[in-house]
Amino acid sequence: MYKIIKKVSLNPTVTLMDIYAPLIAKKAEPGQFIILRVNDEGERMPLTIADYDRVRGTVTVIFQIVGATTELLNHKNEGEYITDFVGPLGKATHTKGLKRVAVVGGGVGSAIAYPVAKKLHSEGAVVHSVIGFRSKELVILEDEFGAVSDKLVIMTDDGSYGEKGLVTNALKALIESGEEYDEVIVIGPLIMMKFVCLLTKEYGIKTTVSMNPIMIDGTGMCGGCRLTVGGEVKFACVDGPDFDGHLVDFDEAMERSAMYRPTERNDYDKACKLIPKEGKRDA
Amino acid sequence: MPNMSLKKNEMPVQEPSERNKNFSEVALGYTEEQAIDEAKRCLQCKHKPCVAGCPVYIEIPAFIKEVAEGNFDKAYEIIARSSSLPAVCGRVCPQEVQCEQVCVRGIKGEPVAIGRLERFVADWYIENNKKAVEKPVPNGHRVAVIGSGPAGLTCAGDLAKMGYAVTVFEALHLAGGVLVYGIPEFRLPKAIVKKEIDALIALGVELKTNMVVGKIQSVDELFEEGYEAVFIGSGAGLPRFMRIKGENLRGVYSANEFLTRVNLMKAYKEDSLTPVLRAGRVAVVGGGNVAMDAARCAKRLGAEEVYIVYRRSETELPARAEEVEHAKEEGIIFKLLTNPIEILPDENRFVGGIKCVEMGLGEPDESGRRRPIEKAGSEFVLDVECVIMAIGTSPNPLIKSTTENLATEKWGGIIADEQGRTSREGVFAGGDAVTGAATVILAMGAGKAAANAIDEYITSKSQ
Repeated sequence: MYKIIKKVSLNPTVTLMDIYAPLIAKKAEPGQFIILRVNDEGERMPLTIADYDRVRGTVTVIFQIVGATTELLNHKNEGEYITDFVGPLGKATHTKGLKRVAVVGGGVGSAIAYPVAKKLHSEGAVVHSVIGFRSKELVILEDEFGAVSDKLVIMTDDGSYGEKGLVTNALKALIESGEEYDEVIVIGPLIMMKFVCLLTKEYGIKTTVSMNPIMIDGTGMCGGCRLTVGGEVKFACVDGPDFDGHLVDFDEAMERSAMYRPTERNDYDKACKLIPKEGKRDA
Repeated sequence: MPNMSLKKNEMPVQEPSERNKNFSEVALGYTEEQAIDEAKRCLQCKHKPCVAGCPVYIEIPAFIKEVAEGNFDKAYEIIARSSSLPAVCGRVCPQEVQCEQVCVRGIKGEPVAIGRLERFVADWYIENNKKAVEKPVPNGHRVAVIGSGPAGLTCAGDLAKMGYAVTVFEALHLAGGVLVYGIPEFRLPKAIVKKEIDALIALGVELKTNMVVGKIQSVDELFEEGYEAVFIGSGAGLPRFMRIKGENLRGVYSANEFLTRVNLMKAYKEDSLTPVLRAGRVAVVGGGNVAMDAARCAKRLGAEEVYIVYRRSETELPARAEEVEHAKEEGIIFKLLTNPIEILPDENRFVGGIKCVEMGLGEPDESGRRRPIEKAGSEFVLDVECVIMAIGTSPNPLIKSTTENLATEKWGGIIADEQGRTSREGVFAGGDAVTGAATVILAMGAGKAAANAIDEYITSKSQ
């Protein structure tokens, strides 16, 4: 059992949790992920490590409430426990030797992009961050990104905060203004990563993406998370989750991520039945 | 007087038309009367060939004698000296090529039903034993076991009985390896596996789940923590795919993924949060036990038609004869001498069919089996919505890649001698991690041999 040390609501649909897992905290690196199960009946769900504190022994995860398991998880409070928490899984994001990097985050993906920006900053790289959200009330981690970025651009789809438009608009503007990058690192929805890659390909800038396919075990034993990268089949859980974005078959990845969409609503209803009713929850 | 009947006592089973709709155990086990009657078929031979036929050398005539006399607890004690998982082995061992193959009664008629008797004794003990476990006297030495499948559990159990403080590190959230994620409930109830593992814990074995060795800790760090020897029983869990067009379409599973969803995550239950495709028509590619398990699970999830697609003929099917028989009884359709060449999409880009070719058999190849040869112009399409690839697995490279100087074969297997000694001092390995995908009982035999070698190693080192 793994204790929830801290729980903060970052916006109406995004929650941060610090989980006590000292052995994982000791080894975790930006770009790696964990798999958790909320309770004994739960499914296994991957979440990228958003931060870690090796001294306190905690691992931070940030998740968007999108379905059954995230809803169940969001009903857990500080001091309560989740059943399983496995990691650190996957390979760490490659940051060594990078001097000038654009870090692009979309929505809750910004939470995963943040530790990468932080690490690059601590290694002395020039970091330009572009983070995008649908609207003002969904903006997260603005101060955190500000602290580790030499330049920070916030985009909202509706223009209610920062600049109006998509992250691709901001990245294009930066590149057109003469900024040069060794690499672009982009983390967010598949469709966003796809369009950032199409953009950077035009300029010939190496681009790393963090893929988030459906997973079960996260240790390489099933291939449920397989992707086509440069014409070869890769398992995101062990070969990734980071890949060269210009080689990833995004259309296939988007198809595969929608595999269970027809049953997800049903699972959500099942999960709601498992959530303790208000007032009945243990004090 | 021995019972000279030429036939084994039949074991009651669920009716095929009934059982192919549920996940309850197919074979129901002997009653006390049936077990005693069957035990009396054993001639108590002096040379007891059956013992040598068992990879963990259970004293078979001795335990059967106790069954014949109704002393089931004594029978259990005899089995437990050699085997840590008798309720499992009695169910899943291929006895027809092991202990029962060399049974003297099998020369004229059927051999003694050793597996069924072992299963009966183990089940009886789980049901009836009330005695507290006597913990062995600790010898002050610590051993780490990586992987809680049959090899790791056997090694841990044997070492614990010798007085070692053993910690088992398991990557998944439940212990048991293939016993919990691979072999389905209807062949091996998970409650039985749990009871066998609980018995090991009662013996003093410490179990740490959610520990992916190679990620959270390395083998070297385990030594730094004070473990004096490490046993690697991490299995062969890396699935193979065919690398044919369409293999990444939605609806194509590795057997590992399909079985993990169904068995470990209980996706067959209505209230499970883990989804699995419930297709009407399913093709399972392969002919081993894993293929039979996947096909029979797909049927139980409600598929009307389930095909086994295998490139050789019935004679070469690697699955146990009994499993093939059960699959046929349950309505699984065998497409033999058939090989897939492409998986076709439907209009929504889910699986819409599987394009196959017919095969003929040529001369035997290096494996001794006749080589399948494609028949020109024989292409046809099987109309299915789900394809499960059960064409084999290989060892996961994680431990190899994070342990320095651990010699491995080109295909990934850890190199170890008969006693499980690897290229690194103090590191032992056994089971599928060494041999590639094999059987539960061979993994147990390897775990047992390694436990003895570890004992020898630590004893000689501390003198």
